[in-house]
Amino acid sequence: MNPELVLPILIPLTAGALSLAFWRSIKLQRVLAVIATGLLLAAGIWLLRSTIAHGFLVVEMGSWPAPFSIVLVSDVLGAIMIVLTGIIGLAIAIYSLASTPKGHEKFGYYPLMHLLLAGVAGAFLTGDIFNLFVWFEVMLLASFALLTLGGERAQMEGAIKYVTLNLFSSAIFLSAVGLLYGMVGTLNMADIAQKVNSVDDPGMVTVVSLLFMVSFGIKAAAFPLFFWLPASYHTPQVAVSALFAGLLTKVGVYALYRVFTLIFTQDVAYTHTILLWAAAFTMLTGVLGAAAQFEFRRILSFHIVSQIGYMLLGLALFTPLALIGGVFYIMHHIIVKTNLFLVSGITYRLLGSYELKDLGGVYRQRPYLALLFLIPALSLAGIPPLSGFFAKFIVVRASLEASEYVVSAIALLVGLLTLYSMIKIWAEVFWKKLPDHITDASRLNGEVKDRNNWAYYVPVVGLAACTLIIGLYGQPIYALAETAADQLMNPQLYIEAVLGGQSK
Amino acid sequence: METLMAYVVGLLFTASIYMMLRRSIVKLVIGLIILSNAANLLIFVVAGLTRGAPPLIPEGASEIAGSVADPLPQALILTAIVIAFSVLAFAVVLIRRAYEVVGTDDLDKMKDTDT
Repeated sequence: MNPELVLPILIPLTAGALSLAFWRSIKLQRVLAVIATGLLLAAGIWLLRSTIAHGFLVVEMGSWPAPFSIVLVSDVLGAIMIVLTGIIGLAIAIYSLASTPKGHEKFGYYPLMHLLLAGVAGAFLTGDIFNLFVWFEVMLLASFALLTLGGERAQMEGAIKYVTLNLFSSAIFLSAVGLLYGMVGTLNMADIAQKVNSVDDPGMVTVVSLLFMVSFGIKAAAFPLFFWLPASYHTPQVAVSALFAGLLTKVGVYALYRVFTLIFTQDVAYTHTILLWAAAFTMLTGVLGAAAQFEFRRILSFHIVSQIGYMLLGLALFTPLALIGGVFYIMHHIIVKTNLFLVSGITYRLLGSYELKDLGGVYRQRPYLALLFLIPALSLAGIPPLSGFFAKFIVVRASLEASEYVVSAIALLVGLLTLYSMIKIWAEVFWKKLPDHITDASRLNGEVKDRNNWAYYVPVVGLAACTLIIGLYGQPIYALAETAADQLMNPQLYIEAVLGGQSK
Repeated sequence: METLMAYVVGLLFTASIYMMLRRSIVKLVIGLIILSNAANLLIFVVAGLTRGAPPLIPEGASEIAGSVADPLPQALILTAIVIAFSVLAFAVVLIRRAYEVVGTDDLDKMKDTDT
């Protein structure tokens, strides 16, 4: 029995239930949010350490033997994702103390946040494909409610697109699970991986694999079904945006990594080529969409799309180096993207707008905030020695080694255009003078007294430190990504770990 | 029987996509309802429509004799129905709120958040 494998799901679920029980005491919910996410991070680190020590951790729920029970499995990739979930959860919980409006707190902001984290953690740890669907829905339902909390017009319009596309993708996922069950008669992912190779009709397996690709592709916001993301991610309050930006699409990417390394590796030349071009177009459309935007959070939303392309590229090339790059990219991206959204929230608090034309002069008044923006922004664009440089370097190098020169060229071009967008934000928000029509400039001088000023800055500084650590102290992180990629390239290890019953 | 059901599933998917492509948000939600039903029925059909006994092991025996129905797809569908129910309840509340806030049920007029 490995308690560390269950804790990342149990902690947020319990915290969510407790927050519901203390519905009227907002103060208690706030304390609970920070404690529970802190514990989640601690449990994640424990899980990662013990996963590295043992290779795989497996828990069979209800002690039924493996293919019959629902199993929780953690490999190094899953454990890394749990640690990242903990980091982002803690950062968001602290940031929420200051940024969340009182009305949202009263209407269950914290319970929903815990539920979302539980869904995300469950999706990263489950070893059962139908269970994955259930965790997806847990996560989605919490995200629906968080997205619409506040009920403004833009939120409603964004939510309709978000809800529809995500429900559509869930229905495709469910159908694909059904078809797969009809062929192999099992839902355990390791068992499916074993049996799917001896199916009578291999063509049908490829069809089902494409259904999974479309479904997870929608959730990951890959080309061509990404448009729900920039239509909705800038509408809720900023802590929610940051949480979604960091974690939700990455669950889709993780699911793609899981099924297209473990289960669907029969026809790599076909499926992974489709993924490759989807990745290339995702990068390109995302970054071009961002170039046309002049709203802080919208630019960032489009950049989520373009960055998803790099992660898919790592999977699509399907070489050991490419997978290392993909895993490294996920680690870098989650931290950087969340941080950029949090910075956009601080400038909003200072100047009351997300529109670039209404912003300006932040560098003059708050040079340290400008620095805090510059670290994740330049990292996103891939400037050495920050984390994004190494992430991009590995992925591009892998694509060159695989002789996919067109895709490498696109990846490099997209890096350049990302820099353009980041410099645009830098010039408009931080460098230029505050426009004359902004009369509320007194806010910049720090005259506005608001509660918990520190809570805005602690997460931003912490995440910026993570970015610097990943960049400057990259070797251990690279080794970690290498272990994860090694396990992904050898699905036999995963199958043995789950079905062999060697680890208890 | 399976062939007939396959056509029914196909028809349900078609109908749901058609409804979702229409402009009214009410029809959009109706499309989503049909879509989740189509997916559930698909699981049911694809696992095989067998006229089997319930999968219970008689007392004293250690395995099932004769052909039995597979209980797992039904468990899956039950779970999926519950999930779809809660999600659709949310969707219905959402379109009502959206109608109140935006003042229209026409999806073509909800383009503020698009570019």
